[in-house]
Amino acid sequence: MSLLNHFGSYILMLKNMFSKPENAKLYWKEFMHQCSDIGIGSLGIVCIISVFIGAVSAIQTAYQLISPLIAKTVIAQIVRDTVILEFAPTLVCIVLAGVVGSKIASELGNMRVSEQIDALEIMGINTKTYLIMPKIAAAILTIPMLVVLSMVLGIWGGRLAGSATGILSTDTFDRGLSEGFMGYNVFFALAKAYTFAFLISSIPAYYGYNVKGGSLEIGRASTKAVVVSCIMLLIADFALSALLL
Amino acid sequence: MIEFKDIRKSFGDKVVLDGVSHVMETGKTNLIIGTSGSGKTVLQKCLVGLFEPDEGQIIYDGVNFTDMSPEDRKQLRQQVGMLFQGSALFDSMTVQENVMFPLSMFTNDSYADKLKRVNEVLERVNLNGSNKKFPSEISGGMKKRVGIARAIVLNPKYLFCDEPNSGLDPQTSMVIDKLIKELTIEYNMTTIINTHDMNSVMEIGDNILYMVNGKKEWSGTSQDIIFSKNKMLNEFIFASEFLQDAKNMRMLQAEGKIDENGAIGK
Repeated sequence: MSLLNHFGSYILMLKNMFSKPENAKLYWKEFMHQCSDIGIGSLGIVCIISVFIGAVSAIQTAYQLISPLIAKTVIAQIVRDTVILEFAPTLVCIVLAGVVGSKIASELGNMRVSEQIDALEIMGINTKTYLIMPKIAAAILTIPMLVVLSMVLGIWGGRLAGSATGILSTDTFDRGLSEGFMGYNVFFALAKAYTFAFLISSIPAYYGYNVKGGSLEIGRASTKAVVVSCIMLLIADFALSALLL
Repeated sequence: MIEFKDIRKSFGDKVVLDGVSHVMETGKTNLIIGTSGSGKTVLQKCLVGLFEPDEGQIIYDGVNFTDMSPEDRKQLRQQVGMLFQGSALFDSMTVQENVMFPLSMFTNDSYADKLKRVNEVLERVNLNGSNKKFPSEISGGMKKRVGIARAIVLNPKYLFCDEPNSGLDPQTSMVIDKLIKELTIEYNMTTIINTHDMNSVMEIGDNILYMVNGKKEWSGTSQDIIFSKNKMLNEFIFASEFLQDAKNMRMLQAEGKIDENGAIGK
């Protein structure tokens, strides 16, 4: 299947996703279920990687800033800006593309192969609306929240590592955090988070929904979904940086 | 009644259905039989709208299904139940939730009413007490019965079954066949079954369509099969020597030359 065919089918899938729900209560239940799966389910990994990337970036920044002419508060500023601008939205979303993306693709792929999607179609349910829409909506709601949490934890990780290793005191770190802070950076990070959330939920949904064959194809679709999501995420990262910064 | 006229369907260069026409009757078990690759599953998927036929018409009780808008099809599908080959139960739901799902989606009944209806259909398929079990905790035969319960919970007018006996032992197969037959009469449904199972053909085949290479080769009842001179049908149905002997016995019985016990008559 050519790239254009895939793109066309992907757009059609998104278009057909918007239809009147057969029963709003059940759709809401499914949406909440997905919020729990995607948001709460990814909380642990997001917390762990956020603290560590903050901690590592503090230590590595200090390692490179050896000049006595540069104030130590600069370390905090660099940690803050790299975490907000890049690490929290991009790195966390790349990890989520693996965690959430493979889950979405394999779940839908399994439903396709075991004819559960056909069973829903026979009942008269728009499966794109019922199965894909809640996943994308839940990702768009919860992933930016996870990114904000990641920003806080990343900076906290840097502060913790700085004081634990004796590079800079918590007071110095806190002073550095408030110096030259730009609220626009948070807006930029959130713009990236919303875009990435859409990509890492809709692309795996497309691959999972269109699986043909058996269990081997489900595995292939999951891998392909994660790879394509990551590539699209990096392209979007570049495009947004070029446009918004 | 479901009538289909001159159904054609191809995938690329491969012609899978080549002008198939037939009438599936209400209150009867209508069987589609044929070798693997003869087009049975594609025909059934065309009838329920999972595939769009390239040509031809499908008429549900006088209403042309092929010309229907997606919204009208959605309405009609609420009158359609389907039992899938692998049962297609939702893994994350219990038996009760699986059966209740169509009720929750399409009715505004209270939870108590829905539960009452679920228990009624589960009792009808002899699965009382299995409400809280997950599909992974029940046997293949039980999964089929849950699939049937889910298919009939909305009182459908049309029931489609794709290989209902696949993967089941002969005794369980007979139980499933009997259940489908009884439900067809009880609910006065138009039941369409895709099958390979020769027991099913002989036991519940009220109206049989035999397909070869995407074409209708023969049609009739299970009784007609005994006397059919169609070579391809005979080779397909009575493939083994044992089945051929059984056919000969049935013919002799029907002609009054032997009695029920195989003794030579007058």
